[in-house]
Amino acid sequence: MIPHQFDYAAPKSLDEALKAIADGAKPLSGGMSLVPMMKLRLAAPDRVVDLARLKELSYVREEGSALHVGATTIHYDVESSAAVKSKCPLLAETAGFIGDVQIRNMGTMGGSVAHNDPSADYPAALQALEAKIVLKGANGERTVSAADFFVDTFTTSLEEGEIVREVVVPVEAAGTGTSYAKVLQPASGFAIVGIAVRVRKSGGKISMARIGVTGLANCSYRATAAEKALEGTAGSDADIQAAAALVAQGADANSDLHASAEYRTHLAKVHAGRAIKAALGKTA
Amino acid sequence: MATTTIIKKHEPSIGKRLRRKEDPRLITGTATYVEDLQMPGMHYAMVVRSPHGAANIKSIDTSAAAAMPGVAAIFTGKDILHIAGVPCGASLPGLRVPDHKILAQDRVYFVGHPVAVVVATDKYVARDAADAIEVDYDVLQAVADPEKALAPGAPAVHPQWPDNTAFTFHQEGGDIEKAFKEADVIVKERIVSQRLIPSAMEPRGVVASWHAAEKSLTLYTSTQVPHLVRTLIAQMLGIDENRVRVVAPEVGGGFGSKLNVYAEEALMSFVSMKIGKPVKWIESRRENFLTTIHGRGHVDYYEVAAKKDGTILGIKVKLIQDLGSYHQLLTPAIPTLSVLMLPGLYRSKNMSADIIGVFTNCVPTDAYRGAGRPEATHGIERMVDILAAELKMDPAEIRLKNFIRNEEFPFPTATGLIYDTGDYAAPLRKALETVNYTELRKEQAEARKQGRLMGIGICTYGEICAMGPSPATPAGGWESATVKIEPSGKVTVMTGVSPHGQGEETTFSQIAADALGIDVEDILVQHGDTAIVQYGIGTFGSRATAVGGAALHFALQEIITKIKKFGAMLLETEDITYSDGQCTCNKTGKSISIKEIAGAAYRAMKLPANTEPGLVATYFWEPPNFTFPFGAHIMVSEVEKETGNISIKRYVAIDDCGNVLNPLIVDGQVHGGVAQGLGQALWEQAVYDDNGQLVTGEFTDYTMPRAHMMPWIESGHTVTPTPVNPLGVKGVGEAGTIGASPAAVNSVVDALSPLGVRHIDMPMTPEKIWKLVNGRNA
Amino acid sequence: MTQSVTITVNGITETHEVEPRLLLIHYIRDVRGLTGPHIGCETSLCGACTMEVNGKAVKSCSLFTVQADGASITTIEGLAIDGKLHKMQEAFWNEHGAQCGFCTPGMIMTTKQLLDRNPNPTETDIRHGIEGNLCRCTGYQHIVKAVQAAAAVKA
Repeated sequence: MIPHQFDYAAPKSLDEALKAIADGAKPLSGGMSLVPMMKLRLAAPDRVVDLARLKELSYVREEGSALHVGATTIHYDVESSAAVKSKCPLLAETAGFIGDVQIRNMGTMGGSVAHNDPSADYPAALQALEAKIVLKGANGERTVSAADFFVDTFTTSLEEGEIVREVVVPVEAAGTGTSYAKVLQPASGFAIVGIAVRVRKSGGKISMARIGVTGLANCSYRATAAEKALEGTAGSDADIQAAAALVAQGADANSDLHASAEYRTHLAKVHAGRAIKAALGKTA
Repeated sequence: MATTTIIKKHEPSIGKRLRRKEDPRLITGTATYVEDLQMPGMHYAMVVRSPHGAANIKSIDTSAAAAMPGVAAIFTGKDILHIAGVPCGASLPGLRVPDHKILAQDRVYFVGHPVAVVVATDKYVARDAADAIEVDYDVLQAVADPEKALAPGAPAVHPQWPDNTAFTFHQEGGDIEKAFKEADVIVKERIVSQRLIPSAMEPRGVVASWHAAEKSLTLYTSTQVPHLVRTLIAQMLGIDENRVRVVAPEVGGGFGSKLNVYAEEALMSFVSMKIGKPVKWIESRRENFLTTIHGRGHVDYYEVAAKKDGTILGIKVKLIQDLGSYHQLLTPAIPTLSVLMLPGLYRSKNMSADIIGVFTNCVPTDAYRGAGRPEATHGIERMVDILAAELKMDPAEIRLKNFIRNEEFPFPTATGLIYDTGDYAAPLRKALETVNYTELRKEQAEARKQGRLMGIGICTYGEICAMGPSPATPAGGWESATVKIEPSGKVTVMTGVSPHGQGEETTFSQIAADALGIDVEDILVQHGDTAIVQYGIGTFGSRATAVGGAALHFALQEIITKIKKFGAMLLETEDITYSDGQCTCNKTGKSISIKEIAGAAYRAMKLPANTEPGLVATYFWEPPNFTFPFGAHIMVSEVEKETGNISIKRYVAIDDCGNVLNPLIVDGQVHGGVAQGLGQALWEQAVYDDNGQLVTGEFTDYTMPRAHMMPWIESGHTVTPTPVNPLGVKGVGEAGTIGASPAAVNSVVDALSPLGVRHIDMPMTPEKIWKLVNGRNA
Repeated sequence: MTQSVTITVNGITETHEVEPRLLLIHYIRDVRGLTGPHIGCETSLCGACTMEVNGKAVKSCSLFTVQADGASITTIEGLAIDGKLHKMQEAFWNEHGAQCGFCTPGMIMTTKQLLDRNPNPTETDIRHGIEGNLCRCTGYQHIVKAVQAAAAVKA
C-alpha cells in the first residue's frame, strides 16, 4: 500500500519535464498504472516528474483528416468528446471500456499507451486505427506507427528520455463502421481479449478491414490474416466466420487463472466475429 | 400532583419499512471505524509474514530495521512465549490441536503466518522498516489441497503427527444399512464447496492501549464478538478480565470472519504493554486475504438412497473438511453444522456422516455466512436434483413429495435436531407461482427445440440458526439486554449483540418503542463496548434478533411490570392500563406518562412495596432451541453456447424467516446473502497453488460480485412464526446465501442437461461451462 | 524531504508539508482529519476511497497528495450543506443503500458523479456506473434504488 520514497517535481513546461526525464526521472501522467505499481513496491523510481499539470498536453484537436489526442488527455475526455465520438467513434467507444468511472477520470492516453499493459484496451483500437504515436525527447520528436510502437509486454519503442506526446488517429471516412468487443477479466476489469474492428464497404464488398487485438498475447497486434480474409468479400455471416477464425493466427495466447490459452483463443475468434458483424452493421 | 402529559401518540413500528437510525452517521462519513481512531502518542505496527507455505525459520535479523529512525520496537517469536496460543473454542473427541502461538516459532505453516512485528511512530516508517527485516527460511514442501494432504506420502503439515488428519467424526441416525438395502436407486456424487474469502469491505484492525498505572487494557477491534474477545484476550495475556475493555467501533462487515479471536488482537495488546503507548494495526487487503479466516473448503462424497417413486430413504456423506494449518475459534466445529443439516427439509430419518478434518498449509477456515449450512444445503439440493433427473421426476414434485409435512412439527430430525415450525410447500409454491413454472417449462421446451440452453433451478433450503441453546455452543448461546429508562423518560437499550450492518439499532428501537408505547426516536441502542454493555455473546449465526431481540423482549416485560407498579402507586389504584407510554386509571381516565413515572422512580419520594428505586431491567435469555428458517429460491438462466457465459434471466427468493420486524432491513439481508451465494456459485474461489501460494491474492484476481453482475432479486416471504422466541422471529442473515448457490447450480445443470451434464462444481466460470458444452471435462 | 501543498477540502484551504509519497487518501484522513473516505484495498479496485478532485470522482488511494496541490476536493463530509443532506445521501437513507457503511462514502461520491453527468440513468447505466465500487453487504439492489430515487427528485 505504501510506496518507497521518491522526489516529485511538477515542471512548468514540457521542455523542463523532458530534461528531468532525460536525467532519469519517471514520467507520471494519470498515474493509474504507475501509482498502483509503486504502492505494491513493484516500481520504485527515485524521481517522478508530473506531466498531468501541463495543460498544453491535454487536448483533442481535429487537424485535416486526423484527430490529435494529447498525452495527458484523460479517458473520460476521449470517451465523451463530441469530436472523438463523431470523427473517430472506435476510439471513444474503446475509451469507455477502460477500467471504471474513477479510473477514466484520471488515466490518460499517453500514460496508458506508454505502459503497454498486454490487457489494456487502447492498443487494440490504435492498432486497428493504424494510429501514429508521436514521441518526444529532449533532443526532438519522432513519429512511430502503432504497429511499431507496441513491442512486447510493458515494452514499447520509447527510448530513454522519451515520452508519448500525442496520439494521432484518422478521422474516419464516411461510411466506416467500427466496433470494440471486450471480454472482461471479471475481477480486474482488464481485457481477457479485446477486438477492435474497422470496416468500409464499396460496391457491396468490404474494401477495408482493420482488426486490432489485445489481451490474447504478450502484446497487441493487427490480425492481418483475418483482415485479408475479410477484404473483398461481401461480409456475409460465412465470410465473417471465416475471417474471425484467423484472428489468432500467429499469436501465442496467454494462459492464466481466468482463461486458458485455448479458451482465450476461442473467445478472440467469437468476439472478432461479433465485432466485425457489429462494425459492418454501422457501415453506410 | 401528577399532570397529564401526552407524549406523541404511538404508532406501531414493527412490520414497517422504517429507515435506519444507523444511517445518518454512515451517509455523512462521520462513523468511527477502528482505522479512524487517533490517540496521543499512538504508534503503528506492521506484521512481517511468511512468504512460504511451509518453512523452517533459520534466523531473523532485525538490526537494520531497528536502527531506522522512528522505529520504536521489533518483536519476534521468542518475545511472546508467555502468551497463550490463539484459542480454539470447539472441542471434538480426538481433535489434534497444534499450539498456535501469536508469532511463529521455529517454523511457518502458511503464507502470511506472522513472524515479526515492527512498531514505529508512523505507518510509512513501519512499512519501510518491515522491508528491512531479514528472515532466512529453509523452504519445505507444502500441501494446500485437502485430498492431496490425505494421500499417502503427503508432506506433513504438522510433523508431530503421523498424518494430516486433525480429527474424524462419525454421526448416524436411523437405520442407514436398511435404507440402502431397500433402495431402488442410489445416486452418488462428489460435491465441492470451494474455499472462499469472506472479504468484508473493512479489513481487520486493532487499536490497543495499555494503561500501566491501572494494569488495564483497552482494545478497539473490528469484531463481531467483543465480550468473547475480552474473555479470551484476558486469558491469553494473563490480565484480569475485569481490567480489559474491548470496544467494537463501527465495524465494516464481518460475515463470520470477525467472529473470532486473532493473533493480532493479542499481539498488539502485548506491543502496547511493552512500549507503553497505544498501537494501531490495520491489515492490508492482501493480509486480509492471507490471514483472515476463509470459508467453506469441503470435498463431499454424497450417496442418496431412494425408492423409484422418489421417496428418499437415506443420505450418506463423507465430508472432507479443509481446516487450514491451525484451528481458529470454531474451525473444527463448522463441518459438524453441515452434518446437522444433512437431510435438509426432507423427512428421511436415516443418515450417516463421516467428517475428516484435514490440515493444509493454508490459512484456517472458520465461520463464513452460513457456516456449514450452505455446504449442507448445496449438497442435499444437488443430490435431490440428481435423483430427480435419474428418476425423470420434476424437481419441484420430488421436493414436495419428500418435505416434512406441516402436521409433523416439531420434527425430530435424523441428526438429533428438533425443527420448530415449517410449511415447506408454501414458499416453494409461491416461488413456482411467481415464475409461472408450468409456462416456464413450456418456454424451456421451446427453447430446447431451438437449440438454446435454458435452465430452471430450484433450491428449497432449511437452515439452523439463532445460535443457540448453550449446551450446544462452545461459549454459551444465550443473549442479554438491559433496558434503562433515565429520569427524563428517555430509554437506552444495551444489547449484547454486536451489529455490523444488520440494523439492530433500528429493529431493537422498534421492539422497545412498540412495547413501551413511545417513539422510536426516544430510544438509544448501545452495543459493542464491554465497559457499557453487560456480557453478551455477539452477532453471528443469524441470532441477533431471534436471541438478542428475545432478551430485549423479556427485559422490556420486566420494566413494564415496574412501570405499572409505579403507575399504580402514583394513580393510587391497581385498576390501570399501560399503553402508548401512559399509565391510565381505567375508571377516571387520569393518566401519567412514562416520563413522570421515571422521574418518580429516581426521586423515590415514595416507592411501591418491595420495589427498588430506579428504572432498569436486565435479562439474560437462554433459548430453548435453535430456529429453522426455510425457503425456496428459483433461478432461471441461459447459457450461451459459444462462450459458456451464464446470464441470469430471473431470480426469485421466497424466504420464511418467521415474523418480519422491518421488511426494508430484511430485504437488504436477503439481497446481500444472495449476492454471496451467487458469488460462490459463479465467481469466487480462493486458489492456492501446490506451494501454498495464494494465487487469488487481491481483488485483481478474486472475483467479487459487482453491481453489473447481479440480477434483480425478486424477494418475497411466507410467514411461519417460531414458538422458540416470543417475537416469532427465525433469523434471516444467512438464509439468502444458503438458498442461492444450489439454485444457481441446479439452474445451469438443468440448462446443460440435454447435453448429458449431471453436475458442475462451483464456481461455474464461463470456461468451465464452455468446456462442458463442448463435451469435455472442465 | 517534504514539499508544501495547499489544498482546499470541502471549502477549507490549508497548507501542509508532506512527503511526495503520501497518498492522497492518507492526507485526507490523517492530516485533514476527514475519515469518511475509507481504505478497502491496495489495488485501486474497491472504490471506498472515492472523492471528487477538481470535480472528478477519483480513487484517492491512487494519487499522491502532491499531485493534488492546488486542487479543490470534496469528500463525503462536504456533501451536506448547512446540515441539509445531498439528495443522494437522503436517497441512500430512504432506500437502505447502506448496511455496514464502509463502502458508503465512496459509493455516494461515485453515484453523485453518475447523476451529475447523467440525470436520467437506466438501471444498466447505474449498475455499470458503480463498477468501480465494491459492496459486500447490499447485493447492490438498494443502492440502485437509491440512485433511481435521487434521479427522480426535481432539483
